[in-house]
Amino acid sequence: MIREPAIEALPSREIHPSARGRPLRRLLGRGSVQLTLVLGSLVFALPFVWMVSTSLKADRQIFAFPPIWVPDPFIWGNFSAVFIYAPMHLYFFNTLTIALAHVLGAIFTCSLAAYAFSRLRAPGRDIIFMVMVSQMMVPYIVTLVPLYLLFAKINWVDTFYPLTVPAFLGTPFYIFMLRQFFLTIPMELEEAAIIDGAGRLRIWWSIVMPLAKPALATVAIFSFMFAWNDFTGPLIFLNTREKFTLSLGLQAFMFERRTMWGPLMAASTMMIAPILIVFFLAQKHFIQGIALTGIKA
Amino acid sequence: MTNAQPKPRLTNAAREALTCYLFLLPWGIGFLAFVIGPVAASFVLGFMDYEIVTPARWVGLANYIDLFTDDARFGMSMGNTLYYVLVFVPLHIVVALLLALLLNQKARGIAVYRTLFYVPSIVPIVAGAILWVWILQPEWGLINSTLRSVGIEGPLWLASLTWSKPALILMALWGSGAAMIIVLAGLQGVPQHLYEAAEIDGANPWQRFQHVTIPMLSPTLFFILVLSVIASFQVFTTAYVMTGGGPAESTLFYMLYLYRRAFVLLDMGYAASMAWILFVAVLALTLVNFKLASRWVYYEAEQS
Repeated sequence: MIREPAIEALPSREIHPSARGRPLRRLLGRGSVQLTLVLGSLVFALPFVWMVSTSLKADRQIFAFPPIWVPDPFIWGNFSAVFIYAPMHLYFFNTLTIALAHVLGAIFTCSLAAYAFSRLRAPGRDIIFMVMVSQMMVPYIVTLVPLYLLFAKINWVDTFYPLTVPAFLGTPFYIFMLRQFFLTIPMELEEAAIIDGAGRLRIWWSIVMPLAKPALATVAIFSFMFAWNDFTGPLIFLNTREKFTLSLGLQAFMFERRTMWGPLMAASTMMIAPILIVFFLAQKHFIQGIALTGIKA
Repeated sequence: MTNAQPKPRLTNAAREALTCYLFLLPWGIGFLAFVIGPVAASFVLGFMDYEIVTPARWVGLANYIDLFTDDARFGMSMGNTLYYVLVFVPLHIVVALLLALLLNQKARGIAVYRTLFYVPSIVPIVAGAILWVWILQPEWGLINSTLRSVGIEGPLWLASLTWSKPALILMALWGSGAAMIIVLAGLQGVPQHLYEAAEIDGANPWQRFQHVTIPMLSPTLFFILVLSVIASFQVFTTAYVMTGGGPAESTLFYMLYLYRRAFVLLDMGYAASMAWILFVAVLALTLVNFKLASRWVYYEAEQS
C-alpha cells in the first residue's frame, strides 16, 4: 500500500542558520521575499478562513456578492444542524475506535518487529527486511478485491474488523521508522540486562520502549491521522450508517444535501479541527518523523 | 538408561534467531494474509468471470481482451488519469520547490509561514474535498466571487468538461506542503561551502541555483517524483467525493472506474484484471523513472 510519505515540519532554527538562500534572496530582494511569503501563505490559508466563516453564517450571508468574510451575526446553528442531519457523535465514536486500534497496533506490533529488525540476529533477517520495504510499494488497489471477497466470506464486511485487525498485524512504514530509531539507541543498557539474564521480551518492553517514547509518539500520531483520514477502507467495508466513520459520514451528508453549505462547512470544520489540534500540540513529533523516514538528502 | 531424555538445549544464537522470528510473526501473518495472498488471488481472479452471485468461471484472457478491445471507458479512464499525472506531478514538484526556496530565506515569522503552507497537506481528504467543492462553486464560491470582483467571469469548474480536471489538480496542489517540507530538508543539507566556492568562481545567483542547488537536490526531487507518480495514478477520493466521475465522465479516473466495476457492478474478475494492469503500469513507470534517474540525479558518493 502506498501512503504519502510521512511528513513533518522542521525546527525553525534550522531554516536559516546562514545565508543559505542567498541566490533567491538576491534575485527578489528582501522586501519582496516577505511580500511573497505573506501573499503565498494567504492563498494557502484562505480556504480555512472561508470554511470557518461560512460555517458561522446565515444563508443570506453565505449566498452574497461580494463575499462576506466576517459573519454578522455569528450563527452557531449550522453546527447543531449537522447533528440533526447526520449522527455525527456516532461517526466520531466509530472513527476514534478505529483510530485507537491503529495506534495500539503501531505501538505494540510494529515496535516488536522493529526491535527484531534492529537487534536480533537471525538467518534471512535482512532479506525479510527488504521484502517488508518492498511491501510499501504494492498499490493498495491490487489487494482490494480479494480482501473484500475474503472479508465477505468470513462475514467481516460491515464490521470494524477489516479496518482494525490488519492494523494489529504490522504496517511496514511504521516498522521502518521505528527500526531507524531503535538503531540510534546505544546497546550498552540492553547488554547489561542480557548479562543479568533478562529475556528479550522484557528488554524490549522495559528498556527499549521507554527510550523510544519520542519515536513511538510520532508513529502513534501518524497512525491516528491515517485512520482518521482514511476514506477508501471505510467506503468498501462499511455499509450501515450507524457504523460509518467521519470520512464516510461526511461524504454521505455531502451527497444528500449538496447545497447546505453552512452545515457542510460546520461538519468539515469539526472533522479538521482535531487534526489541527493534534498538529499544533505535537509539532515536534512531526519534525521527528522526517529524520526517521531517512529521506534527508 | 542412566540419562533422562536430554532436553534439547538451544544455543544462544538459535534462541536469538527464534526470538527474532517470533517477534516478526504478527507482521508476517499480516503480510501473507493481507498482502501476498490477495496479490496472488487478484492475479488469478483476473482470468475469471466472477460476479459474486454466480460461481467463478475460468475465462482465460477474456477480461484483458475485453478491456483493450471492447471497453471505451477503460481507455477513457486511463486517459483521464494520464492527464492528471502528467499535469499534476510536474506542477506539484515545482510548487514544492518554489515554496521550499521561499521558506529557506531569512525572514521574520518564517515558522508561522511554514506552518501555514504545510497544514493543508494534513487536512482529511474528504473534509478538504467538500471544502473545495464550495470554493469552486461557480456562483458563490470563493474563487469565482474573487474573479468577479475584478471583472472576470470564472469557469464552471467541476461542472465544466474543460475545467473539471484542472480544478481537481488545483485542489491537490493546495496540499503540496508535505513535499515542500521534504525539499526544505534537502535544501538544508546542501553544504554552504559549495555556494561559497561557486560565488568565488563568479557564478551569479541563477547559475548557483542551476549548478549547485538543483544537482544537490536531485535525489530529493527524484524521491518526490517517484512517490507522487505512484500516488497520483491512484487518484480516487477527490473525484469520488467532488464529481463522482462527471461531468460526462471527464473525471472518471482509473481507480474510480475500477471501484465501480468491483463494488457497484460486482464484476470482481474484471476489476482484478484492471488492478493488475495498473499495478504493472505503475511498476513499469517506476522502473523507467529509476532508469532515467542516472541521467539527472546526482549522488555525491559517485563523484568524489
